[in-house]
Amino acid sequence: MCGTCGCADDGPGVRLTEIGGAGGGNGQGHGHGHRVDLEVDLLAGNDALAARNRARFDAAGILAVNLMSSPGAGKTTLLERTVRAWEGPCAVLEGDQETTADADRIAAAGARAVQINTGAGCHLDAAMVARGVDALDPGPGAVLFVENVGNLVCPALFALGEHVRVVIMSVTEGADKPLKYPHMFRTADLVLLNKIDLLPYVDFVVAEWEAAVRRARPEAEILRVSATTGAGLEAWLGLLRTLRAPVPS
Amino acid sequence: MHELSLTQSVVDALTERLGPVRVRVVRLEVGRLSGVVPDAMRFCFELVTAGTTVEGAALEIVEPEGAARCRTCGAGFSTAEVLPLCPCGSADVEVTGGAGLRILAVEMEVEVEEPCAEPADARTTGPASG
Repeated sequence: MCGTCGCADDGPGVRLTEIGGAGGGNGQGHGHGHRVDLEVDLLAGNDALAARNRARFDAAGILAVNLMSSPGAGKTTLLERTVRAWEGPCAVLEGDQETTADADRIAAAGARAVQINTGAGCHLDAAMVARGVDALDPGPGAVLFVENVGNLVCPALFALGEHVRVVIMSVTEGADKPLKYPHMFRTADLVLLNKIDLLPYVDFVVAEWEAAVRRARPEAEILRVSATTGAGLEAWLGLLRTLRAPVPS
Repeated sequence: MHELSLTQSVVDALTERLGPVRVRVVRLEVGRLSGVVPDAMRFCFELVTAGTTVEGAALEIVEPEGAARCRTCGAGFSTAEVLPLCPCGSADVEVTGGAGLRILAVEMEVEVEEPCAEPADARTTGPASG
């Protein structure tokens, strides 16, 4: 450890090896110049943009829903069903590394959609959503669904300005995922268990999964659905109706 | 790899705040419960600093331990878990530390005409200036 400022510039970075304390070493080789204390939150820039998005949504009476899951959990299929059934205006921002496949599917289901391709990026951030909303122009009173990049890790840290954070898991993924990916689940407002039509064919204990979700996020709403058969979707739609932001008077 | 965009936000914040001054050392706080892997930030650092005023700077990362407080028994304790359990058995626990992600300080290259020059306002509080 550096004797001048206490930094651990040669310390091991892998968390497992750090148990029991940061390593010692001889990392005092760097010079110390003119020091300035900053105290800058690394997420402050994104959070400020998210707050701006949120104010824009609130002013237009838009309910913004951030949908997050691992790849293949059924976000897009759920959204296809949802936009077909939704009575009012709705629009979808689709986040994927590549292709416009999901936006094409949403458009075919009858809703307006804009695809955000992140390239190497593993999550949507507030700036991407702001640009996406510029292009999408959801209109007053709409429900805006933001389908995040399929990933149970990175999207957890980046607020988009959403009113509701929805995490979708499917029964093929394993009941312990809420404990393995706690950053994602501990900020969820609603957790959907999708593909329940497959329960007879997989080794998935729903009670165990619910206990894991409760452990990560006691206050989260939990719904079981099948985007394929439509089971449980009325409860999901009912919840959206309840959450829908009132248009300011 | 959200560490890439977070490391980019470090460079953005520094170039915005410090202007054209070259940065020699960047000191970050990456809490052990923050969800961010310090090694991944080190990996990205050289990449995102290339061609900026932060290029070539040393990256120092301090990793504060996780801290939590039990809402059932009121005890405070340190933890390595994002979803900690209190030693009393309760899972109704609030994380109170170790989640921070911040730039703490930088050291900059300052062009000085004589060694050990200090800012004028620093002299009045300097020790043993007699």
